[in-house]
Amino acid sequence: MIRFLLRRLANYVALAFVATFLAYCLAALTFTPLGSLQGRNPPPPPEVIERRRQALDLDEPILVRFYNWFTGALQGDFGETVTGQQVTDELISRMGVSLRLLLIGTLIGVTLGVILGVVSAIRQYKPSDYVSTFLSFLILSTPVFLLALLLQFAAIRFNDAAGTTLLYFTGETTAGFQGGFWAALLDRLQHLILPTIAIALTQIAYYSRYQRSAMLDVLGSDFLRTAQAKGLTRRRALFKHGLRTALIPMATLFAFGFGLLVTGAVFVERIFAWYGMGDWYVRAVAIEDVNIVATVVLFTAVLVLLSGWLSDVLYAVLDPRIRIR
Amino acid sequence: MTTRAKDAEDDRAAEDTAVPATTATGEVGSGTVDPVEAPGGVPAPLSRRRLVLRRFLRHKLGVIGLVVLVGLFVVAYLGPVISPWTYTDQDVTSYLEPPSAEHWFGTTQIGEDVFVRTMRGLQKSLLIGLLVGLISTALATVVGATAAYFGGLTDRALIWIVDLMLALPALLVIGILSPAFDSWLILVPLLAAFSWLLAARIVRGMTLSLREREFVQAAKFAGVPAWRIIVRHIVPNMASLLIIDATVTVGLAILAETGLSYLGFGVQPPDTSLGTLISDGTSSALTSPWLFMFAGGLLVLAVLAVNFVGDGLRDALDPSSQRGRKEKP
Repeated sequence: MIRFLLRRLANYVALAFVATFLAYCLAALTFTPLGSLQGRNPPPPPEVIERRRQALDLDEPILVRFYNWFTGALQGDFGETVTGQQVTDELISRMGVSLRLLLIGTLIGVTLGVILGVVSAIRQYKPSDYVSTFLSFLILSTPVFLLALLLQFAAIRFNDAAGTTLLYFTGETTAGFQGGFWAALLDRLQHLILPTIAIALTQIAYYSRYQRSAMLDVLGSDFLRTAQAKGLTRRRALFKHGLRTALIPMATLFAFGFGLLVTGAVFVERIFAWYGMGDWYVRAVAIEDVNIVATVVLFTAVLVLLSGWLSDVLYAVLDPRIRIR
Repeated sequence: MTTRAKDAEDDRAAEDTAVPATTATGEVGSGTVDPVEAPGGVPAPLSRRRLVLRRFLRHKLGVIGLVVLVGLFVVAYLGPVISPWTYTDQDVTSYLEPPSAEHWFGTTQIGEDVFVRTMRGLQKSLLIGLLVGLISTALATVVGATAAYFGGLTDRALIWIVDLMLALPALLVIGILSPAFDSWLILVPLLAAFSWLLAARIVRGMTLSLREREFVQAAKFAGVPAWRIIVRHIVPNMASLLIIDATVTVGLAILAETGLSYLGFGVQPPDTSLGTLISDGTSSALTSPWLFMFAGGLLVLAVLAVNFVGDGLRDALDPSSQRGRKEKP
């Protein structure tokens, strides 16, 4: 099994490299990073533009530029932005913000989604099943940015009703916040709730629908009846034999669901003014900055492929047949 | 309840006789079943087309979805004609007014009519969604079926490309290319390029098993060229899956397009889309919700309708599958 997983990992590393390479080339071909400088009024002296061009290596062929950037990136230096800052300086804090959102979103989304799906399947055609199916449908038909906007609306109503600001919807902390550790934690939590709901709702809807049908397949199977016939209680049979089998298809869906999550995070970060990787990416495209875009794509590709690999691992853990291969 | 049970029985009777024509021999419309006299006094079997239509009509949400979708198309194209305002008009007598008899959806900060703008956005979003659904499914069919039929290097290259493109969220790549956009038409092939991946994998899987079936082998040994086998024998056998996939893709494409437009990476002015409208309305969303509520509501309605139609089609075309069991591309 170890060899199987290692081979997959090597494959994913190669894919991440190619993906970043393609994104870098596409960005280098479409972007005109000097555009904002040239368009200034009054126009800056030609030497300034020339110096910037030198600093950004724009005279080199794209392959050379990619090689320089990539060898730098391997050593932790992700190059300069068009405005002359170091990409690496901002990278750490932005990565932290994004990872927090993505991790919490995944954990809540997968856990609640699976529970909801299982409950729905066990109580098939009961009112609760219809309600959760319809809500999942509704949420999956609503784009994340609209969901986030509606949540802000709801938060304002909620704050009005509560008489004080309990839920914040801009930034991840109150600017210039003073207070002890617990107060700071509470403040962060108040900022965290809405973005987390916004990002987790889609995930819950996504996983619950697949978990429900996977569980339904298992519920009608012979081995579950056998398990009950040999004396297991229904609850024990369901969780020990049923759920474990029904989780296997989820492992495959996990990789795709994570891609969905990364895309959703871009909108959530923009709307709730969290300065994460997604927000950075949108800004970078606006100022046509190749290095930032390539860094964000590398980050995303590594995460998506890591989740792909994790889904391979989960698959192997859940399905013994894979382990023998 | 009783009519439903009876319908189900009818259905089963019809399937017993009619479906073998499609599934047992695997060839659609090969005409092996005698349509006039069926044994046991069962009435003449329904043709597959009528059977599917009947099953679809019984799926209430699917029918409602279809009606809503057609309605949205009609309104999107007729609305601007009926309305007294046009897209470029600016009513200097009303700035940022809530909905009224004169401006059905209210006005913007500079006196534009929100109704006409929303209809224009709806046109673009629906059109792009539909085109992407069609192109992506066609692409998935051609690539998936070809790769699996020929196997070998073609097949491995396909899987590798699919894996690669799945590693890159479409949003990021299309965003990178967005500074070069000058027409919304570019968006269609780009969105399609990222929508066919999972469908191609499913098509590939089905082709792999169809390839070994007797009727394909027979055609092969009779000297029928490969492209003809794919077009005449393999693709028709996946028709149900492809129709369902096209529907699901339309919904996803609408979501992707509005998302891109929301960030400013999609449809560019002077064209507009529901995503652009929602994004324009965001800045003052909390004080004047009519700026984005109508666009948002119509967007959800459109995607929901598409999904319901897809669900209805799935039940009608593929009765053996439980709802939602098929992989969503």
